[in-house]
Amino acid sequence: MSKEKFDYFIKGEKGKYEVVIGLEVHAQVLSKSKLFSGSSTKFGADPNNQVSLIDSAFPGMLPVINEECVKQAVRTGLGLNAKINNFSVFDRKNYFYADLPQGYQISQYKNPIVGEGKVLLDMPYGSKEIGIERLHLEQDAGKSIHDMDPSNTYVDLNRSGIALMEIVSKPDLRSPDEVNAYIKKLRSIMRYLGTCDGNMQEGSLRADVNVSVRKEGDKNFGTRCEIKNVNSIKFMQMAIEYEAARQVKLIENGKEIDQETRLFDTKKNETRSMRSKEDAHDYRYFPDPDLLPLKLEQRLIDDLKKSLPELPDKKKERFIKEYGLNAYEANVLVSEKDISDYYEEVAKLSDKKLAATWMMGDLFAMLNDKGLDISKSPISAKHFAELVQSIKSGEISGRIAKEVFEIMVESGDNPKKIIESKGMKQQSNPKELEKMINEILSKNKDKVDQYKAGKEKLFGFFVGQVMKLSGGKANPQLTNEILKKLLKG
Amino acid sequence: MADITNQSLNEIIENIKTKKVSSTDLTKAYIKNIESAKKLNAFVTTTFDKALDNAQQFDKKPNFDQLLPGIPLAVKDLFCTENTKTTAGSNILNNFIPSYESTVTKNLWDNGSFLLGKLNCDEFAMGSSNETSHYGNVINPVGDQLVPGGSSGGSSSALAADLTPATIGTDTGGSIRQPASFTGTVGLKPTYGLCSRWGIVAFASSLDQAGPMTKTIKDCAIMLESMSGFDEKDSTSINKKKEQYSKNLKDNIKGLKIGIPKEYRVDNMPKEIDELWEKGKKILIDLGAQLIDISLPHTKYALPTYYIVAPAEASSNLARYDGVRYGFRSKQGKDLIEMYEKTRSEGFGDEVKRRILIGTYVLSSGYYDAYYLKAQKVRQLIKKDFDESFKKIDAILTPSTPSSAFKIGEKTNDPVSMYLNDIFTVPVNLAGLPALSLPAGVDKKGYPLGLQLIGKALDEQKILNIGYAFEKNCGFKNEIKKWWS
Repeated sequence: MSKEKFDYFIKGEKGKYEVVIGLEVHAQVLSKSKLFSGSSTKFGADPNNQVSLIDSAFPGMLPVINEECVKQAVRTGLGLNAKINNFSVFDRKNYFYADLPQGYQISQYKNPIVGEGKVLLDMPYGSKEIGIERLHLEQDAGKSIHDMDPSNTYVDLNRSGIALMEIVSKPDLRSPDEVNAYIKKLRSIMRYLGTCDGNMQEGSLRADVNVSVRKEGDKNFGTRCEIKNVNSIKFMQMAIEYEAARQVKLIENGKEIDQETRLFDTKKNETRSMRSKEDAHDYRYFPDPDLLPLKLEQRLIDDLKKSLPELPDKKKERFIKEYGLNAYEANVLVSEKDISDYYEEVAKLSDKKLAATWMMGDLFAMLNDKGLDISKSPISAKHFAELVQSIKSGEISGRIAKEVFEIMVESGDNPKKIIESKGMKQQSNPKELEKMINEILSKNKDKVDQYKAGKEKLFGFFVGQVMKLSGGKANPQLTNEILKKLLKG
Repeated sequence: MADITNQSLNEIIENIKTKKVSSTDLTKAYIKNIESAKKLNAFVTTTFDKALDNAQQFDKKPNFDQLLPGIPLAVKDLFCTENTKTTAGSNILNNFIPSYESTVTKNLWDNGSFLLGKLNCDEFAMGSSNETSHYGNVINPVGDQLVPGGSSGGSSSALAADLTPATIGTDTGGSIRQPASFTGTVGLKPTYGLCSRWGIVAFASSLDQAGPMTKTIKDCAIMLESMSGFDEKDSTSINKKKEQYSKNLKDNIKGLKIGIPKEYRVDNMPKEIDELWEKGKKILIDLGAQLIDISLPHTKYALPTYYIVAPAEASSNLARYDGVRYGFRSKQGKDLIEMYEKTRSEGFGDEVKRRILIGTYVLSSGYYDAYYLKAQKVRQLIKKDFDESFKKIDAILTPSTPSSAFKIGEKTNDPVSMYLNDIFTVPVNLAGLPALSLPAGVDKKGYPLGLQLIGKALDEQKILNIGYAFEKNCGFKNEIKKWWS
């Protein structure tokens, strides 16, 4: 793979500007119940059906930490190569809103559960390390619904109290592409770990995006703006592009950038000021007296570490070594745990390299077309491996394989059965082929003479005739050999 | 038989067990007392019908093995009671009927008792005279012009007036011990975490603790045993084996070392308080205890520390009363913010607003380090003072309050002088220790005065034992004339 050069700059009238981006990703912890109550976290229930007295902050109700959520945060921290803090504290972040029943969100402020870590991105210009500043646990708020009634707001507290991990990156990202790669990598790691389903449509993964710009080569960061709560990679990229251009324009017009919180309007494709630094909430953080500091025994951390699955970076290395894949192939095949599992099952039963090629080609195209995850693939890994083996052994040609593949998608049948019942087996019997070729040559004596007189281009014509007669089933390699031999004679 | 309601809880239990009185007759006797004591304004809600139902059920199928067999009890209106209105003394909860029962009250009912009614208290337990309640001030049975103390003023008044055989309160800075002292009764604030906070309307989470208020030490032991215990629903609850405080009560305290802290002597303290303290020391010496002078050098910072930590936590704890999901909501207000403002302005009284303002201020950015953080550090020093002292002593003896019960209205316009009432009680809450207030004498006006016994964490049994021995030798008798009926 050729190495391209990094080249994402905003071009202004007065020069090139580098874009500096940091992300605060809110990832919903995969757990059966909420962070401090026993209510279910299942998505899609009727409004206010998954709300306990604790989630709705009735008088005298107290939070009790959900151990599974703590373990999930530790696992994620380990997956981000981060320092796990044996001592962390839950704080109250105080503000009033109708969908915040307690009047405060329980979060972690000065002492988060996870400290500094890093993730590796594979960019076309090489691998790039993005620093993680911290990861902390916090409660989600409920949902205010403004469009059900002209004069009233409705509140759904199903989400209230669900555990979130806020993963804060260092300001190490430099382009929308890197943001794309970073989010996908984070999601991939968390899905491998089973700590977050990464489902952006359901809001399991959202991000606040911090953007600033500076002249190329400048050492100091510019003033940043925070774009709140963007819920898709595409919108993040659009928001960054808009915001960076806006900031460059301000700078070039000699204006100051205000440090502020902005909203991204997805319909108008622009960011809008939400509140300035002066209007920023004073959250009056203080340690939640209802909860004791969270003390993690090193043994628990060590046990969790031992039980971690193989993560994408390690798996990629192994795929290259074990299966002889190139870096690009390995990268694609480890991006999702389900994909890598599927590949490994196929590779065990068939040619490793050919399996990779066919998976990344026809299988991915079909899944993409149908909008399916690989876990829902109409072709099982076992059947897919059989198909790859049929190609490898010469039983069918690549062209026929495409037809078999189509039928497999439709019927879910195994390829052997399809090949046999439809008589699609490749004609690889030399005697049969020779008989067929002799028949063609005797029908086209004039062309044989021309060929022998030097018009060698006609070779292709004879191959075409063989394929036509055999219904595409003639083994191409064998056909070539026999044709050459007979035309010489 | 003679009026059963002026007996101790322990005596009443004996009478129930020996079938000298039925639970129904007992309950009827209390209902009669309550109905003739409306002037005291001790009750916010009565549950007579339910109580009589419960009593009759008990009498039909009595279980005498329980700690509180067939005993009707009134409790402070800060404990959430299932299907019975719970107001916390506030307008903002004037219509709030919980669908759940607090752990502490559930423990009491599980031991055979049942609810007689909900007792008045200072709004959200913020006050030292029961004058901040939305439901009117409570009168001390000791005298018709006197406050019963606070915030558990309804509890102390009802107990002293024989309207309940025993009761429970909550103590954040002295709210059990001070009213006990003002009414000549016994009040215990247990070790932080001994009684679950689940289902108690929160004031200041790191300080709040429920405890018994009774006529005698033995009663106190019975009640504590009934109400305490580990609760997995409260993360600050202590997971330890339940103790049998009443069974293990002993009056032999020979050889125990009692600390006398020199810092518990404040300017302008009435001579009578000093004399009471001296009397207490003498009784302990006569019982074979040894007095040791100790120093708790950070005591003078306890009150300011308390008045930073408690309002800070309260300002956050009370944010949930916003009119959105339950409780009072102002009919006015065009939008969300205005609805909040009107609801909270009309729903909260002055003292609660004052503490929310103080708490919000001390947590604000730019002031946090100077106030809240510093207060937390001082709190650690106060705790360390106690820890150091307890290396060489078994318990500490101090006065409970710097004065006897004061007049209604006397301090309402002077919050600081009101706050000074807590000066001997707040250090204990800051340190999370158990402390007992026991009646020890009267001042020259004849108003009761209490002494405070402070113990090591989880050393309730020891201070109860000292109190038990003290009670037998003190000769205090609460002479309350039933002027109200």
